[in-house]
Amino acid sequence: MTNQEANDLILDIKNLKVRYETQDGIVRAVNGIDLTLRKKRTLGLVGETGAGKTTTALAIMRLVPDPPGIVECDKLEISGQDILSLPENKLEHVRGNDISMIFQDPMTALNPVFTVGDQIAESLEIHEHLSSKDAKERAGDMLELVGIPRERANEYPHQFSGGMKQRVVIAIALACNPQLLLADEPTTALDVTIQAQVLELMNELKEKYDTSMIMITHDLGCVAEVCDEVAVMYAGRIVEEGTLEDVFNRTLHPYTEGLFNSLPNIKDRKAKLKPIKGLMPDPTNLPVGCSFAPRCNYVSDACLKAQPQLRSISQTHRVACTAYDNPEFHIERRIL
Amino acid sequence: MYRYILKRLLMLIPVLLGVAFLIFAIMDVAAGDPVYSVAGADATPEQIEALREKMGLNGSLIERYIRYIGNLLKGDLGTSYISKLDVMKVYLQRLPNTLKLATLTMIVAVGMAIPLGITAAVHQNSIRDTTSMVLALIGLSMPNFWLGLLLILFFSLKLGWFPTGGSEGFRSIVLPAITVGTSLAALLTRTTRSSMLDVLRQDYLRTARAKGVSERNVIQKHALRNALIPIITIFGVQFSNVLGGSVLAETVFAWPGVGRLVVDAIDQRDIPTVTGALVMTTMLVTIVNLLVDLVYAFVDPRIKAQYTK
Ligand SMILES: Nc1ncnc2c1ncn2[C@@H]1O[C@H](COP(=O)(O)OP(=O)(O)O)[C@@H](O)[C@H]1O
Ligand code: SF4
Ligand SMILES: [Mg+2]
Repeated sequence: MTNQEANDLILDIKNLKVRYETQDGIVRAVNGIDLTLRKKRTLGLVGETGAGKTTTALAIMRLVPDPPGIVECDKLEISGQDILSLPENKLEHVRGNDISMIFQDPMTALNPVFTVGDQIAESLEIHEHLSSKDAKERAGDMLELVGIPRERANEYPHQFSGGMKQRVVIAIALACNPQLLLADEPTTALDVTIQAQVLELMNELKEKYDTSMIMITHDLGCVAEVCDEVAVMYAGRIVEEGTLEDVFNRTLHPYTEGLFNSLPNIKDRKAKLKPIKGLMPDPTNLPVGCSFAPRCNYVSDACLKAQPQLRSISQTHRVACTAYDNPEFHIERRIL
Repeated sequence: MYRYILKRLLMLIPVLLGVAFLIFAIMDVAAGDPVYSVAGADATPEQIEALREKMGLNGSLIERYIRYIGNLLKGDLGTSYISKLDVMKVYLQRLPNTLKLATLTMIVAVGMAIPLGITAAVHQNSIRDTTSMVLALIGLSMPNFWLGLLLILFFSLKLGWFPTGGSEGFRSIVLPAITVGTSLAALLTRTTRSSMLDVLRQDYLRTARAKGVSERNVIQKHALRNALIPIITIFGVQFSNVLGGSVLAETVFAWPGVGRLVVDAIDQRDIPTVTGALVMTTMLVTIVNLLVDLVYAFVDPRIKAQYTK
């Protein structure tokens, strides 16, 4: 990494592990992941439900609920600032100011007893120490920015539709112009037409404010639209990562291939959907070897012996799959 | 909103008329014909009839009820059979005492219950939770008169901080307010705890934390406001109850409130006083209920939206 690149580093995580100690056992949600993100870049964090995506984002915010969550990490830096060692009162300055998060479900993300204007203004009062009048004014600006008339600032969440609520949530997250935005499935709960609008809005705002973003999703279409880089997550580990072209056009991991195969084929509408067979392994009882092995078409004995480690295939492209020990190996899916 | 309030105020009229009728009818049936006991055993039938007319007891139940309501509208609740004093006057004399005690009682109850309930919920299943809940259980199971006597023993007789009873201003209501307040705080603490536990799981608190709101404000501003509705409901019921007078506390501490007025009047079969005090209490309680409903709207905009619809 050059010096310039190091300076540009917004997010730097080394060996993040999160487990939830519940009555039914220890849920190993995140099992040692490294992530880096540079300025103005957008990383797509992709994976099925239960892969550990939300937990990863919460860990970055230092908001994993404890109990039952326990976080271990070798390094967690935002723009060079060590977040791991910050006491709670310092973390409050970071949250909403340097890093913001958009949560999965807009229907429940807003406090029902405060006006949307007040909820946007609150972060401005906390971080920019604005008077409540100025903060209200700015909250109105933020509403207009996300396409809601400012007069509606005095209305309550129940007076808004789902798509509008998500716009409000986005306005809250962007109010203090954070360096890093964690968007956790921001469109999953919305209608398809609204989804497109919200994605477009996020793209616009990201450009406008030079925000770096992690877009968490299980929707590859959404990844293609907004991301520069992609990390595919499976059972709490990153199994493939690279640039958008790397992962989409030079797919390496059998799981990633499975994700693409389970998408409806636009070119050949008659082609059958091929969802990945089987389920994710029980996170309280992960196998010793590759966690994808029970569902993998390329599985061999070597896969079951040890956890595959990420290896570099090119400068930007990495994969964690034992099959690549054999230089001849390739998956079925070839460059489109 | 104003239209809603007006509507509710108009609805109070039939409610009050109905409740007044019930009280009136029950007293009529339960108390029998009071004329004989007032007139004495050797009164002639003519004397009794004259007395009946004078006491306003002639005519059917309905006739007497209508007459009673008519007088009530003029602020007249009749005169006591025993003391021959104006019932309204006597009630209004006692009312401030009851209001003072009720208010301080609720301040004590809320002052104990909200912090305890919040602590218990925030530290669920910890030692603080258990301690709060055990305190609440003790408060709930300890008989009022017993706590009252303990407090008198310690704070009045031993330390001499407060009078043992009577009505010497503020110092006299401290111990009764603590006595009644403690027993009310028990239920209020449990309500606060369970309502807070519900709210603490909500996603919007995570949104608040992600914004950088301090944990204190997450609890006291974002969570508590959402947890208030059930707390206000219980508060309203309890406040209505103490407005009727806290008979035990008033007895133990010799506090001249409405509760004892009614109980003494029942003992003496003083029907005008009993009926009058009950009707007035009903009026107060319905007004408190209306206020509680208005507070709901103030706390939760979704309820307000229903009212204005
Ligand atoms: N608060 C929690 N307590 C216990 N287990 C949890 C909790 N939150 C998440 N998990 C578990 O952790 C795993 C990862 O969950 P999550 O991070 O939400 O995945 P994703 O966002 O990719 O769907 C899942 O098995 C989930 O059941
Ligand atoms: S390591 Fe083996 S089981 Fe795992 S994805 Fe690669 S080929 Fe499949
Ligand atoms: Mg999730």
